[in-house]
Amino acid sequence: MADTLIHDIVEPAPVEQRLRPPRVRKTPTTYILRFIATAYLFFLVAWPVSLVVTHTFDDGFSSIQALLSDPDTVVALELSAYVAVFSVVINTIFGVGISMLLVRQQFPGKRLLNALLDIPLSVSPIVVGLALVLVYSGRNGWFGPILSDIGFQIIFSTPGIIMATTFVALPLMIRELVPVLEEIGIEQEQAAQSLGANAMQRFWRITLPSIKWGIVYGVVLTLARSLGEFGAVKVVSGNILGQTRTATLVVEEKYLNFDPQGAYATAFLLAMVSVACIVVVAIIRPKNHH
Amino acid sequence: MIWFSALVLIPLAAIVVTAIDGGWGIFWNTITNGQTLSAIKLTVFTAAGVTLVNIIMGPLIAWVLVRDRFWGKSVLEVMIDIPFALPTIVAGLVLLSLYGTDSPLGIDIANKRPAVFLAFLFVTLPFVVRMVQPVLEELDRDVEEAAASLGANRITTFRRIILPSLTPAIAAGAALSFARGVSEYGSLVLLSGNLPFKTEVTSVRILSSIENDNVAGAAAVATVLLAISLTVIVVLDLIQRRVAARG
Repeated sequence: MADTLIHDIVEPAPVEQRLRPPRVRKTPTTYILRFIATAYLFFLVAWPVSLVVTHTFDDGFSSIQALLSDPDTVVALELSAYVAVFSVVINTIFGVGISMLLVRQQFPGKRLLNALLDIPLSVSPIVVGLALVLVYSGRNGWFGPILSDIGFQIIFSTPGIIMATTFVALPLMIRELVPVLEEIGIEQEQAAQSLGANAMQRFWRITLPSIKWGIVYGVVLTLARSLGEFGAVKVVSGNILGQTRTATLVVEEKYLNFDPQGAYATAFLLAMVSVACIVVVAIIRPKNHH
Repeated sequence: MIWFSALVLIPLAAIVVTAIDGGWGIFWNTITNGQTLSAIKLTVFTAAGVTLVNIIMGPLIAWVLVRDRFWGKSVLEVMIDIPFALPTIVAGLVLLSLYGTDSPLGIDIANKRPAVFLAFLFVTLPFVVRMVQPVLEELDRDVEEAAASLGANRITTFRRIILPSLTPAIAAGAALSFARGVSEYGSLVLLSGNLPFKTEVTSVRILSSIENDNVAGAAAVATVLLAISLTVIVVLDLIQRRVAARG
């Protein structure tokens, strides 16, 4: 009797059976919920987005070609790409720095800093633009006149656009890295330190490889957000044709100037990039988990 | 830290200082100006309404994504993130193509109030879903089974077991989507037409003040928005703390 009892407990389930995910109970409710969710997303996201694609290719590739042969638009696309790359680089460097600071150090005001980092996500882009104009405007900003005296103009030129973009995309990298850093802990680094590794070596060989995927994920999100920034850029850029007009501003301009084809084509290009970003993230994510 | 101050803190402080500089009178006049007031009302009420919809639809979608298995689920998964990654101006254009003047559905809400609602709904879609999803995944199914075995029906199980553990996530997602709704600008530019007293939201109001060189007025309205964002952040922080304390 006792034998069988022990036997029953020790016996492991066959491997396949254990690995199989728990069976889903299919009831009418399941199907109703599934239908509601799918329909909701279809009408809110899928159909509208697909319409942009079809509008773009209404007359074949001509609208894309027209777009790419317009020098002002090409300049705008280049500017957007340039700004996005800058903002990604800045946010990656400072994102890693601030995340390390938040996770590894204890200092007064840490909770405050942590909370303030969320501001760019919840504040209106217009407010962001206004804030930067108030401080850095060459005419009457706090620091603007001093900076423009030494020949450095921020508002209505590229640095302003970069600042605005960096501002709105700021939390994305940090929010990705903090959980990863919290999870890996500091044991490995302490071990490396005890073996004589200096701070640089510890960072490059221990910390960086373990937060690698977090950084990649953060970079992709920052890139998507930076390319797509509109409100803040609109306020600080001055929207000067061929100089400070970014791709998102082109979409608005073209649409309001009764060139919906051009607007759809530009929107299509931007949407392609952001969808590509999401798909990349979707592919990376599972790897990240295991 | 210096970089963070130069980029974020000092500019935001400048808004508040500028608003105060104008004096209480100007501040109050700007805020209570009919057009501004109706813009603020529209923004806040619409954002609240959208948040309510998200509170219901968010967990529902998350539930389907976590518990259900069917062909094409990964496509839905990607669709949730689209509003987050799509440039807001493109989002506006996208919605306009289905719900605008030459809508294939025959629904034309461009330049009307529902347009604001729709745009908010689109851009805030991911927040509740993405907050609830991981919690739902972690949720121990044994507890539900135990409840069922003790005679609880599915509604009771949902109300007594699942809902309490999801509440903090739903609240956090709702706070985020409210904040996002209140601050939305890009997607409305093309969609809502920005008609004063009708479809003009707060962000647009600020922008037109800036363009008319009324910096004090813009700063005053911006301060109101800033106050709303800060409140949301504090609420989020409190929710996180409560969850952490519960362990």
